[in-house]
Amino acid sequence: MLLRVEDIHKQYGKDKVLCGVSFTMNKGETKVIIGPSGTGKSTLLRCINRLTPADQGRVWLDDEELTHTRTNINKIRAEIGFVFQSFNLFAHLTALGNVRIGPMKVKRMNKKDATTLAMEELERVGLSDKAGAYPAELSGGQQQRVSIARALAMFPKLILFDEPTSALDPELIGEVLEVMVSLAKEGMTMLVVTHEMGFARAVADEIIFMENGVIVEQGPPKQMFTNAKHQRTGEFLNKISELYGETG
Amino acid sequence: MSFEWEWFPKLAEGLPLTLQITFSCIAIGIVLGVLLALGRVYGPRFLRGICIVYIQFFRGTPLLVQLFIVYNGLPNLGITLTALQSGILALGLNTAAYQAEYFRGAIQAVRGGQMLAARSLGMSLPQAIRYAILPQAFRLVLPAWSNEFILMLKYSSIVFTVTLLDLMGKAKRLSARDSRSFEVFLVAALFYLVLVFVATMLLRLLENRVRIPGLGAPSQHR
Amino acid sequence: MSSRGGAPIQYIVRLGPYIPNLLRATVINIELLIGLIAVGYVFGTLVALLQVYGGRALCTVARIYEWIFRSIPALVLIFLFYFGPPRFGVNVTGFTAAMFALGFRSSAYQSQIFRGAIQSVPTGQMMAARSMGMSRIRAIFTIILPQAFRLSIPGWTNEFSSVIKDTTLAYAAGFNEVLRTARIVYDTDMTLAMAVLVFVALIFMVLTLLGNAAMGFVERRFRIPGLEVPGHEKARQMSLGSSGRGRG
Ligand SMILES: Nc1ncnc2c1ncn2[C@@H]1O[C@H](COP(=O)(O)OP(=O)(O)O)[C@@H](O)[C@H]1O
Ligand SMILES: [Mg+2]
Repeated sequence: MLLRVEDIHKQYGKDKVLCGVSFTMNKGETKVIIGPSGTGKSTLLRCINRLTPADQGRVWLDDEELTHTRTNINKIRAEIGFVFQSFNLFAHLTALGNVRIGPMKVKRMNKKDATTLAMEELERVGLSDKAGAYPAELSGGQQQRVSIARALAMFPKLILFDEPTSALDPELIGEVLEVMVSLAKEGMTMLVVTHEMGFARAVADEIIFMENGVIVEQGPPKQMFTNAKHQRTGEFLNKISELYGETG
Repeated sequence: MSFEWEWFPKLAEGLPLTLQITFSCIAIGIVLGVLLALGRVYGPRFLRGICIVYIQFFRGTPLLVQLFIVYNGLPNLGITLTALQSGILALGLNTAAYQAEYFRGAIQAVRGGQMLAARSLGMSLPQAIRYAILPQAFRLVLPAWSNEFILMLKYSSIVFTVTLLDLMGKAKRLSARDSRSFEVFLVAALFYLVLVFVATMLLRLLENRVRIPGLGAPSQHR
Repeated sequence: MSSRGGAPIQYIVRLGPYIPNLLRATVINIELLIGLIAVGYVFGTLVALLQVYGGRALCTVARIYEWIFRSIPALVLIFLFYFGPPRFGVNVTGFTAAMFALGFRSSAYQSQIFRGAIQSVPTGQMMAARSMGMSRIRAIFTIILPQAFRLSIPGWTNEFSSVIKDTTLAYAAGFNEVLRTARIVYDTDMTLAMAVLVFVALIFMVLTLLGNAAMGFVERRFRIPGLEVPGHEKARQMSLGSSGRGRG
């Protein structure tokens, strides 16, 4: 088992955002989290790599407890990629600079090796020709692909995606999903918050449906689409399939 | 009105001191200003308090009063500085307070996601500040800083009040000697106009050189 | 001699007799402030109007005017205004010289405040006024300027808090404003230098606070919902009160 999340609770003021979330992931699996907006999906992802500290509950990665206060969280975060909805590329660095800064500054790799590595990762997302471009000179889809390359360059055990395509114009979504699909097929372990059901059907081993801070239901895509146990799951899946179509 | 050619070289003798004071106080201001801004944004509560009091005092009171406090006041506490040291220190402490505010604004203008992204790569807080936040804040703050440089160039003229012979001090001395004060100060004004003009051009050049697409608006001072 | 005073309380006691004089001198600084703001207002508005509505030539003249008064140090300006008029047979006091020197300089900054305000009145306002049959001049005076005036209040708050500190530069003009008065006090008793100078510093902090409160009142008094400088309220809450930059 690669990732074990156990009974995570998180509260903002009086607002209970996560109320006991537990699940596990094996190496090489892709899981998709869906659920209405404001349900705590982003919060859950951030609790996993402690960008936000959970109030209660524990997380293990490869038998190391991330939620333990003595764990060197920076070392752990280096092993968990994170892809943001709003890309968050470093605005003062080129595409190449963005991808190699992690290896250089966190892993202390020398500049030459880091550059070679970064170019390979850019190649992998199809952007080696944009290595010298600054984020402001790239389209949204290209920026998101660079940010995936930035995560990949750290050789993560797991990548967390927080709605990677929802800030993109519709015509740019495909290129990002394509990269993600090929990563899933290469055996990368990915936990993806998305409403792109085409992507879920194609590569997800499991869909996790969350509502009001808890997991309502989880299961393989086929089962979730055809005979969901809970009425809410079916309703929600129908709704987003209508809204987002089945592309991807 | 009559001018003397001799005034030009005489005034020019004051230039090195004017420039020395300007550059020294700007350097003090940058270092101290960045530290104050970091203390105010990322520091623990008590440090934030100290930074705020410092910034408020130096922004809330006249620079000339600050200069006199350093030059005439500190000896009361057993600290005696030369006129030059006093001038550089007072101007440096003063500009640091303003630079700290410009810099804080720039740090806060760097989007929050940049910090999240840096931390998610495994960077420590100091690393994230060093590699993700500061380089962007420096670029955003550059127009304000160029402005500050010009201001300090002009403000350096106050050091003549503590007997220093900068450009202004030289002008004062000539005006007393030749009793053609108006003409002498017209020439001094010309010197400052040229200085400010040249500095503005050079700073604009610098701004263009470090500009990065998507980071910061084009320069707009003057 | 440095330790003759002992406890701070002793300094305060010894400072006591000089305080009335210092406060009287402060009134002179305030008079200077009012005078120079008035001079700056009249000429600043004029320059702004020339820049926005004047032709090309007038606009250039206005810009050169601004550039000159912004580039020459205040002290040089004060001396020019002090020694200049007598060369043409007009005698001036130090106060008048300082008031006009700092006033003209302030006009070069106030013009920008006012120009910015005029330009941020939406162009639709002018079109609407003209479509009602108003002449251009009438539209400027009845529609544009009243709005611009309100939009420029925050800028003036800043201007005020900037020039109030620079009134001490009139020290060089040789009349008894507060800093020269302080100097006279400690020239007779050097051990009082720190005490009297800190007292003067405190006077200015109080004046700045009072001034900000007064301008805040003016701002609320003339406030019209929906007619605000974008982002002003937020900037105000984030900054440490208005302490405008002096200009040297
Ligand atoms: N930093 C925060 N401070 C306060 N409330 C927050 C914060 N982050 C998220 N929330 C709240 O937590 C709830 C869940 O947010 P989020 O995890 O972003 O939901 P989702 O990603 O499922 O749309 C929302 O109601 C949101 O307002
Ligand atoms: Mg979210």
